[in-house]
Amino acid sequence: MLKKSKYFFSISIILLIVVLIAAIAFGAVSIRPAEMFSSLKHFFQGEAPANIYEGVFLKLRLPRVLLCAITGAVLAVSGVLMQGLFRNPIVEPGLVGTSAGAAFGASLIFVLGSNINPTFKSTMGPFLVPLFAFGGGLIATYVVYVLAKTEKRISIIALLLIGMTVNALGLSGVGFMSFIARDPQARSITFWGLGNFSGATWLQVSIVGSVALVVFIIATFFSKQLNALLLGEEEATYLGVNTGRLKTTILIINTAMVSVATAFVGVISFVGLIVPHIIRLLMGSDNKILLPASMIVGAILLTLADMAARLLIAPAEIPVGIIVSIVCAPVFIFLLKKFGAVGQKGGYNA
Amino acid sequence: MLSTSSICYTAGRKDILKNVSADFLPGKFSMILGQNGSGKSSFLKIFSGETTKYSGTVLYRGKSIQSYSKNELAKVRAVMSQQPELSFPLTVDEVIMMGRYPHFEFRPTAIDITICKEVTERMRLENFLNRNYLTLSGGEKQRVHYARVLAQIWEQKNEIRYLFLDEPLNSLDIAYQHEFLELAKELKSDNTVIVAVMHDINLAAQYGDQLFFLKDGALIASGSPSTILTESLIEKTFGVKTTIINNPISGQPLILYNTKQ
Repeated sequence: MLKKSKYFFSISIILLIVVLIAAIAFGAVSIRPAEMFSSLKHFFQGEAPANIYEGVFLKLRLPRVLLCAITGAVLAVSGVLMQGLFRNPIVEPGLVGTSAGAAFGASLIFVLGSNINPTFKSTMGPFLVPLFAFGGGLIATYVVYVLAKTEKRISIIALLLIGMTVNALGLSGVGFMSFIARDPQARSITFWGLGNFSGATWLQVSIVGSVALVVFIIATFFSKQLNALLLGEEEATYLGVNTGRLKTTILIINTAMVSVATAFVGVISFVGLIVPHIIRLLMGSDNKILLPASMIVGAILLTLADMAARLLIAPAEIPVGIIVSIVCAPVFIFLLKKFGAVGQKGGYNA
Repeated sequence: MLSTSSICYTAGRKDILKNVSADFLPGKFSMILGQNGSGKSSFLKIFSGETTKYSGTVLYRGKSIQSYSKNELAKVRAVMSQQPELSFPLTVDEVIMMGRYPHFEFRPTAIDITICKEVTERMRLENFLNRNYLTLSGGEKQRVHYARVLAQIWEQKNEIRYLFLDEPLNSLDIAYQHEFLELAKELKSDNTVIVAVMHDINLAAQYGDQLFFLKDGALIASGSPSTILTESLIEKTFGVKTTIINNPISGQPLILYNTKQ
């Protein structure tokens, strides 16, 4: 098992690096490795980019690819955390209302932001949208969690139905916001609702990146306890886990991470579902392996999807959320059909 | 010693436990018997530290259970629940290692690995270690959980250890039922408090040292099988007519059920 995971991590890290470099190189403007290199050199020497290629690399391509990779990692890890928390392998942030709630919170600011007290707005600066997204995401997730829970069990049917309802409500809220919005705002909301990375900035990279880093560290710290929780709350308690504290922590850090990412890039579903699923088939469910592996594969998957989004109809772009859904939906159905039976290795009781 | 006194527990409007006091001694195999809904499992959940909303006291070696942290308690007390739910593909060795979770921080130590190996051999699960837990039969799953629970308190220490079993024989075949009880009996010689919620009175008579009978949330009788097992007690507890004879092999009471032909 240990040897297997070594192979897996070596291969996937190499793959991630290759994909990242490819994603930086290809686009409306191609960038050669030499230009990447010289651009970085100029940057660290405090000089301006020498030509347009270096500028595109530093100001557009690099932040975009990084934001995309981090978001992919965030969504995949979030899938793992949510599945552990709800003890069900088919849960993901898009399903339990987190993304929709966050989207609604963010759209509130997009549309009604001009009415907010300017001093407050300028103090909050770039944190205003992620903060509202976090509020929306937290409320939505909490409502779904509380309503789906009866006694000590979470009914998966109730979870799915309530999750769907809260999702629909959140997205209707977004719809309403774009309805009352002025035209350019409305267009940006629609585009953002489908997920896209075209507006990536270094500031966004640093905000999402630092939140993600903190959450990944905390999650890794809790990986043993998350494993114990797979046995059920009662068993986890017997193994010395403070389940109340564990669940609250996971719910909050996970919602924070997904909301902040959603605030900047929009709603992207399926990554949190399909990445942990594939890794469980390959490597099992031990969170010590599942968490870092999902992180890397999530980053690879979303970076590839964004590359496709940029290249397929270049110089125009397809929203990345659409690409992800088109590719992942059939793959997921295939996986469910093929491995859905309990009797097979790697199968689920979903 | 595990000592419980004046335990009262109410769920909704129903009084589940009414002023129950019982002492469970190390070196004795204690068993709790009673009808469905008589409060057996609730009682176990209270003295194992899972349920906290009750009145009365639970003392582990004279110290209140509340004064132990969850992790401290988990190092000396293991519980085998009725139906642990696990719907994720973990391998058998991963599940067994969970029993050692209270004892290490991030990576299992050499001791943890040795203990898992010993427990695996004892439960004859060597050939299952790399199997996906989800592909096992009900009885196999139970054995895996039993191995996990044993691994939790396997280490001999100078402390009293506590092993609680909630209807542990549910999906085991006859051979494993006895194997399981034999193993529990072996453990009791070490300074271990063992309490099991049981259904089969004959197995209780054969393996139990102290029996506790619960009826509608009250403790109605306790003592060794040979002293307290009577036809009237069984009828009072379960509403079933029986005849008790002497087991010709063990000399223990043997209960025959007087069902109509």
